[in-house]
Amino acid sequence: MMASSYNAKEEDGHHSVSAASGPSAGPSAKSKKPDNTAFKQQRLPAWQPILTAGTVLPAFFIIGLIFIPIGIGLFVTSNNIREFEVDYTGVDASSPCFTCSQTYSWNSSIPCKCAVSFSLEQPFESNVFMYYGLSNFYQNHRRYVKSRDDSQLNGDKASLRNPSKECEPYRSHDNKPIAPCGAIANSLFNDTLELFYIDPNGTRTQIPLVKKGIAWWTDKHVKFRNPGGNNFNLTVVFQGTTKPVNWRKYVYELDTDPENNGFVNEDFIVWMRTAALPTFRKLYRIIQKKSNMTPTLPRGNYTLDVTYNYPVRSFEGRKRMILSTISWMGGKNPFLGIAYITVGSVCFFLGVVLLIIHHKYGNRNNSADIPN
Amino acid sequence: MWRRRLTCLFGGEEKRVDSRTIHAGRGSSPVADAFPQQKFCDNRIVSSKYTIWNFLPKNLFEQFRRIANFYFLIIFLVQVIVDTPTSPVTSGLPLFFVITVTAIKQGYEDWLRHKADNEVNKYPVTVLEDGKRVGKESEKIKVGDVVEVLEDETFPCDLVLLQSSRDDDTCFVTTASLDGESNHKTHYTVPDTVKDVESLHATIECEQPQPDLYKFVGRMHIRRDGQETAVRSLGPENLLLKGATLKNTKKIYGVAVYTGMETKMALNYQGKSQKRSVVEKSINAFLIVYLCLLVSKAFVCTTLKYVWQNQHGQDEPWYNPKTQQERDTNLYLKMFTDFLSFMVLFNFIIPVSMYVTVEMQKFLGSFFITWDKDFFDPEVQEGALVNTSDLNEELGQVEYIFTDKTGTLTENNMEFIECCIDGFQYKNHKFLTETDGLCETDGPITITLNKAPEELEELFLRALCLCHTVQVKESQPVDEIDGVVLDQVDGFSPSPEDQCAFIASSPDEVALVKGAMTHGFTFIGSDSKSMKIRNRDNRVEVYELLHVLNFDPVRRRMSVIVKSESGEVLLFCKGADSSIFPRVRKEEVDRIRVHVERDAKEGYRTLCVAYKRLGNEDFARVDAELREARLSLHDREEKLMAVYNQVETDMILIGATAVEDRLQDRAAETMEALQGAGMKVWVLTGDKMETAKSTCYACRLFQRGTELLELTVGALGEGEGKREERLLELLLEYHKRVVHDTPPSKTGLHRTWSSPGQDYGLIVDGATLSLLLNASPDGTGSHYKNLFLKICQSCTSVLCCRMAPLQKAQIVRMVKSSKGSPITLSVGDGANDVSMILEAHVGIGIKGKEGRQAVRNSDYAIPKLKHLKKLLLVHGHLYYVRIAHLVQYFFYKNLCFILPQFLYQFYCGYSQLPLYDAAYLTMYNICFTSMPILAYSLFEQHISIDTLLDHAALYREVAKNAMLRWGPFFYWTMLGVFHGLLFFFGVYCVFSNPALLPSGQVFGNWTFGTIVFTILVFTVTIKLALDTRHWTWINHFVIWGSLAFYILFSFFWGGITWPFLEQQRLYFVFINMLSSMSAWLAIMLLIVLSLLPDVLLVALRRPRGRNTRQVRRRLPSSGTSTIFMLSQTASGHSFSWSD
Repeated sequence: MMASSYNAKEEDGHHSVSAASGPSAGPSAKSKKPDNTAFKQQRLPAWQPILTAGTVLPAFFIIGLIFIPIGIGLFVTSNNIREFEVDYTGVDASSPCFTCSQTYSWNSSIPCKCAVSFSLEQPFESNVFMYYGLSNFYQNHRRYVKSRDDSQLNGDKASLRNPSKECEPYRSHDNKPIAPCGAIANSLFNDTLELFYIDPNGTRTQIPLVKKGIAWWTDKHVKFRNPGGNNFNLTVVFQGTTKPVNWRKYVYELDTDPENNGFVNEDFIVWMRTAALPTFRKLYRIIQKKSNMTPTLPRGNYTLDVTYNYPVRSFEGRKRMILSTISWMGGKNPFLGIAYITVGSVCFFLGVVLLIIHHKYGNRNNSADIPN
Repeated sequence: MWRRRLTCLFGGEEKRVDSRTIHAGRGSSPVADAFPQQKFCDNRIVSSKYTIWNFLPKNLFEQFRRIANFYFLIIFLVQVIVDTPTSPVTSGLPLFFVITVTAIKQGYEDWLRHKADNEVNKYPVTVLEDGKRVGKESEKIKVGDVVEVLEDETFPCDLVLLQSSRDDDTCFVTTASLDGESNHKTHYTVPDTVKDVESLHATIECEQPQPDLYKFVGRMHIRRDGQETAVRSLGPENLLLKGATLKNTKKIYGVAVYTGMETKMALNYQGKSQKRSVVEKSINAFLIVYLCLLVSKAFVCTTLKYVWQNQHGQDEPWYNPKTQQERDTNLYLKMFTDFLSFMVLFNFIIPVSMYVTVEMQKFLGSFFITWDKDFFDPEVQEGALVNTSDLNEELGQVEYIFTDKTGTLTENNMEFIECCIDGFQYKNHKFLTETDGLCETDGPITITLNKAPEELEELFLRALCLCHTVQVKESQPVDEIDGVVLDQVDGFSPSPEDQCAFIASSPDEVALVKGAMTHGFTFIGSDSKSMKIRNRDNRVEVYELLHVLNFDPVRRRMSVIVKSESGEVLLFCKGADSSIFPRVRKEEVDRIRVHVERDAKEGYRTLCVAYKRLGNEDFARVDAELREARLSLHDREEKLMAVYNQVETDMILIGATAVEDRLQDRAAETMEALQGAGMKVWVLTGDKMETAKSTCYACRLFQRGTELLELTVGALGEGEGKREERLLELLLEYHKRVVHDTPPSKTGLHRTWSSPGQDYGLIVDGATLSLLLNASPDGTGSHYKNLFLKICQSCTSVLCCRMAPLQKAQIVRMVKSSKGSPITLSVGDGANDVSMILEAHVGIGIKGKEGRQAVRNSDYAIPKLKHLKKLLLVHGHLYYVRIAHLVQYFFYKNLCFILPQFLYQFYCGYSQLPLYDAAYLTMYNICFTSMPILAYSLFEQHISIDTLLDHAALYREVAKNAMLRWGPFFYWTMLGVFHGLLFFFGVYCVFSNPALLPSGQVFGNWTFGTIVFTILVFTVTIKLALDTRHWTWINHFVIWGSLAFYILFSFFWGGITWPFLEQQRLYFVFINMLSSMSAWLAIMLLIVLSLLPDVLLVALRRPRGRNTRQVRRRLPSSGTSTIFMLSQTASGHSFSWSD
């Protein structure tokens, strides 16, 4: 904008006054002088690291020396994890679940069953974790992720009667609020998987599957709560609500164990934690180690009995059952080990190369003259 | 305000022609008046932008005119209207923050402007109304008011002088703040205005306001009762300009003719256009790149989404049905809203917070300039002043410096340095100690050992006392001296009264008179017929003044003819050596010449003094000739000249004087440092060519080897028609010489003190310049300009003398708009420099003697020129590096923030699911990563202050916007892309098996995002830490504090089920993540891997500033010795010409 076109007469006047009273008026002079503090003079004591080839070189070696052992450790650990995966979608006509996958209907009252047999080449020693895996299932679709009501799941009575709008179109059915509402809950994975060990002599032994401890502790105990607090009579609590459209049972019929029923059913909780990627696995059951003597799952033949309820063919999806042991790093994942070894080696290699370069040309650099 | 000014200028066009009529005095105008009453603007000066009422709407409007803010507003509105992945809060909150901070800052600045305006507008003035003296505020003055101004006051508006307290109807005025000339100018009252202004009744007709300071045409009709109207013509000598100061006159009365924004001073200032720094331009360029990136990302995602949805079963799988609303929406509208949603999702790539951080960095950073104690000047009792914080970094980009001379390069304070009498050197003993060493080595004679004969000495001093046109100020102390007190004062007492008691049109003369005073001869006073001096024996000698042969620039000398008490008639002459030497005897010349030449080289203004005894007959003849010449009507000037030349011959040379317009403290050193830093220094002055030239030599802008090219009126010769041809000839010749001799690519850029090859200096004067710039508008005009510009750019220094204020601005504009649009900086101290200060990219005001005009209009004000060095070399350099890094880092960190989110769309069915939680999206730029970069951009010193000061050449490292060019931008962008890819795909690989907990439980999508986000926050922060070269405790605190804050926040955010959240997405996600060893290892791996290239670059690259550090190591560690060594080199260089 336009400049202030003004000659500061009073400033000049003021100036001369202050100059005249300069010797006597000490304080006024002091106030205008900038403080001589380290902060204001930008002279705070400072650490001034000089990153040169010399200081950086050791870092490469150190990274190399740390990463390679970690990588080897990870790689070995990952390799020691036993993992077995079986696809039971029933795409091929030859596969046992082909019929079930074809003749699927939500309304059929008689569940379709099929049995997939497989054999384990190696025994699974410690606790075995049973996962179901889905492919091409977009649990991370935004519309899907949104479609839940966390306050309803947390046992809020008001939300139970009046679920969040986000739950549409699974908010209410037949003028009754749906509990639990939303698309996530509606599409709860409802295949039942049972595992049988086939003895060499031909007898089928059902392997006991533990259904507790598959969800995050905090989810089960804090985030998900049944309405009505300690009232175990969930039928009463959920009175006036209806089941999700695709469910066969009410939410209070999920399990007989009151600790695992209603919203705090662990299968339900696991399903409600939406997966990151369209191909994912979720923990289904745990096979506890029985004793130190026998492996949890000895090598041999097994049958997986599937109650085939969950349709995936409509969106080109796949269903898998995964048996896996677990280490301190979780499930089998060779990526981390390989990545660590690679990065460590590269660092080490770079370190060597740089050392050579530094040695060869470093001296010349050091003799550089005063810059001009 | 512009409109206001426009109405002032053009309002009522139809009834106003080319003159205005003003009624002055005695209240209302008589009915007899034929002219319609005209409306004039009041005397208010408005530089503020806002009032309380219009602040909010106007400020908001201006802020949203900024493309970035408008963009964020649009994004915000889209978020409110359309169903978007992120809530409006995520972009609304930062936007609100930005707008508020900016509004507060601008409000504060405008408040300061209001305060300054009020100081002017409320200044009390005295106005005569109905014959009574009425106190008024300055802004209330109306055209036609009769205003009283006292001594040393500034005129509040343009006045026509009516009455002066001086007897001779004159008043003295100094226009130092207008055109930089500090001498006193005489203005005259309008003839025949009644002595009694109260009864004045007159009409003034004058031209409409125009900016030319030296033009004024008008007529005054004076009505007196019972007499017919007298008409008097008015000229510039009657007009007192606003901004000028009344001197040596007790009080005057004047009638206001131009007020407020119509005063010549106000018209001489161009509107202060918003100055934008190169950095801001770079930011905008980068912004466009990122905007394209954003749009293309959104476009790609939208396209792919619909391609993907066309596949069987993907559009609406049974588990994820569409809502009714979605079904109902038109496909194309759906596409469009999808596009908008993607835009919103990725909008964080354009960092809204960058603007806040940049604003804050500029605002807070400028305090360091204010606080710098090195800028504190004990004389002024003030430090530096920052008027605009927007241009801090521009200080590090300066390529051309335009400096004023008087008051900027020099102190505007003439000092008698030494004289030489008959070949013997007399130093002014004040400076004896300082120059002692020099004197012994350079001059063969020292004062203590040898002296000229006493009578010669006294003759010389008498000559100094008599040969001038100085007047003694009629103030009380002088009166006392004149009287009784005089005898009591012993010898020469340089009392303060004496110091300021002389007034003259040239400060040199005062210096000479004062110089004589220190040697025992005091000039006491003169009236029209006689001059009185007090000699060493304290006796008053009276000389009868017979003739004054005036100074003129052609003769370059002046003389007086006086008659001593003994009846002897003497002619004393002083003048430039070139004009005196041919008129005296040869043998004397040689003895003096050594000294004169040496003094001239030192940058002193030298004058030679000669005398001549005139016999009675001689005098009678001369007297007659002079009188005759003076009375002649035709060719009076030429006749007088002839007589002068005839008289001033066969003189006897007695000595020479050296007067210094003292350079500002360390001016030469500063100029040298600036040139060493690759800047070109142009001196633009209103002063005479000779003076300016000598100053240039003194500042070492011109050196001994410098070949001077002159484009002056003198060089062009006389004659209107031929001038242009001659000008073209000269231009072509110089162009050939300068441009073709030196390889054009390297000129100037690599000039150091040691550089070989011919240096060229150009001198151009105002008249020639206007010829150049205003040359015929056809093709030749621009041709002239181009030639001139090329010559200028090849010269190491350019001196432009005799410049009008607007011409200075013209020069600046010319350079500014030349090829490559170099960054210009103007330094000045007076109001005459304001236009160039406003025109240049950066305007620096010197808190000099000539008022505060320049300071007020400058972007930065410093007390002394020497501070410019630190301001540019240290503050400018540092600020540039800081802000450049800030900008690049901001784009980088947002690119690698958003890129994973973009990649995630490919894995979530293009459904616009944000990868990160809303809290992280919002907080990333505001809390987690903003403070470290802010601290960096405030405290970073990649090279220490001392090193920067010592090695001016380091300034060139950042020249030409080096850190914000496309190269570095590309590097940072690539780094961001690399990091983004690494973060996403690294975690993607880890999530190929989401069972990452040792309990076999799995992680969901929010853990995925949190891991990426954790890596991101740590990487960008550590990346900054790697770039930090100056770790104060604040940096430590902020960098580690930010990381700690991120962790604490994540704990906290995930530790509670927040009642206000609809979904507890992050509940215990972070803590569960930490309980996974794999997550830890993945985070560590990816951080290290992403920082590896940077570390590798450090190892491969020759570190910046390493050499200088070595130098420092080589030198003895204490600071004093460094200074010693530097001063050795500096002095070795500066006196290199003497051997």
